[in-house]
Amino acid sequence: MTCDEAKILLHALIDGELDAGHAREVETHIATCPACATELAAVRELKQAMAGAQLRYTAPLALRQRIEAALPQAQPQIQIVPSRRAVLRGFAMGSAVSAIAATGLVAIVLRNDDRQRLESEIVSAHLRSLQAGHLTDVLSTDQHTVKPWFNGRLDVAPPVIDLTAQGFTLIGGRLDYVDARAIGAIVYRRRLHVINLFVAQTSSSEPRAAKAESFQGFNIRSWSEGGLNFWAVSDLAADELAEFSDKLQTAMKSSAAG
Amino acid sequence: MPLRAANDDPDKARRFRDVALPHLDDVYTMARYLLRDATDAEDAVQECYLRALKHFDSYRGPAIKLWLFAILRNVCHSEYARRAHSPSTGAIEDIAEDAEQTPLWHEAQETPEAAMLRQRDAGAIRRLVSALAEPFRETFVLREIQNLSYREIADIAAVPVGTVMSRLARARAMLRSAWLAEEEPPK
Repeated sequence: MTCDEAKILLHALIDGELDAGHAREVETHIATCPACATELAAVRELKQAMAGAQLRYTAPLALRQRIEAALPQAQPQIQIVPSRRAVLRGFAMGSAVSAIAATGLVAIVLRNDDRQRLESEIVSAHLRSLQAGHLTDVLSTDQHTVKPWFNGRLDVAPPVIDLTAQGFTLIGGRLDYVDARAIGAIVYRRRLHVINLFVAQTSSSEPRAAKAESFQGFNIRSWSEGGLNFWAVSDLAADELAEFSDKLQTAMKSSAAG
Repeated sequence: MPLRAANDDPDKARRFRDVALPHLDDVYTMARYLLRDATDAEDAVQECYLRALKHFDSYRGPAIKLWLFAILRNVCHSEYARRAHSPSTGAIEDIAEDAEQTPLWHEAQETPEAAMLRQRDAGAIRRLVSALAEPFRETFVLREIQNLSYREIADIAAVPVGTVMSRLARARAMLRSAWLAEEEPPK
């Protein structure tokens, strides 16, 4: 073997790419050739230095999110209906309840008033909470357990009010993501209906009266109070949702006053 | 939003996400070294994943990472074609033929140099690797950073294994020269 050949093949030797026969040939040559032996050692060093160095890059989060966002998402309203229906069959006790009438009531407090765009996100968040077996992060009927749980998790302190006496049972709280931001969701139950209440900061401190909307068969009730936006999303009937928001606001006022 | 042009089978998207996204850092690393620009690399990776998703139905192998690299390579090459000039400023051009007649490696008694190499910070080494001329840079990165075999590199670059071996030898020689040149400023 010539030095020219060996100088190429020693790379393959170091990389473990040579079969036993060729490896032996290269090694035999190197054993008798100081120049090639020196070169082998130098390549080894270079390789070791490379292995020890942090040469990889980490993809920016924004890039990852862009790619994620470009992937087609599962359509929640298609997937949620059968499972909700199956659940409801077990609980409906003969009364005709449409699948969509299973109730989640989601009150959402958002940081801005871009309501049109947020409507579908809110309903999606509501659907996700029902679908994923991830209704609550903190499961408690005690408002004094749920409220502190949000501390440090959000830049707002969502009001957590127990409305059990008024027919809306507090069942827990959850962090959710709407408009690419973490927001608080407080979960209530009305009979078999789950209610999520979302709360987020708003730049305006102007109170805004409750407004009822409907999206994909869900009722949404939104209002602003004390620098917070609230969104309630549910498949409860609109009048029951109105009752919920009225009672919640009344309770908030009295707790603020008291 | 061209990315939205991808077809919208949620199952397919889920499978694609599960197999392709774990390689995002590797693909991005490759793009950074191929294009030598963070913004261009992001665009190329995004385009790569878009194309990959589009053709995911017909994907039968090789390993998904190699497939993504091959797609990225095509994206980067069309990116180069689109550019008016090749951004080779500061590149270590291929060493002259006569340079090969002289020993590429200084007569290292190994220890001081080894220490010197290890002391280089990651930024300096990245810069040296980025400055390698193509196709040596690509071969080098696929081998030393992505840990691919010669055969895998040969498949991606569509060249014989022997070419991979000689390119790698050349890449290491150039890198070493640049390294030592930086260490010993010209008199």
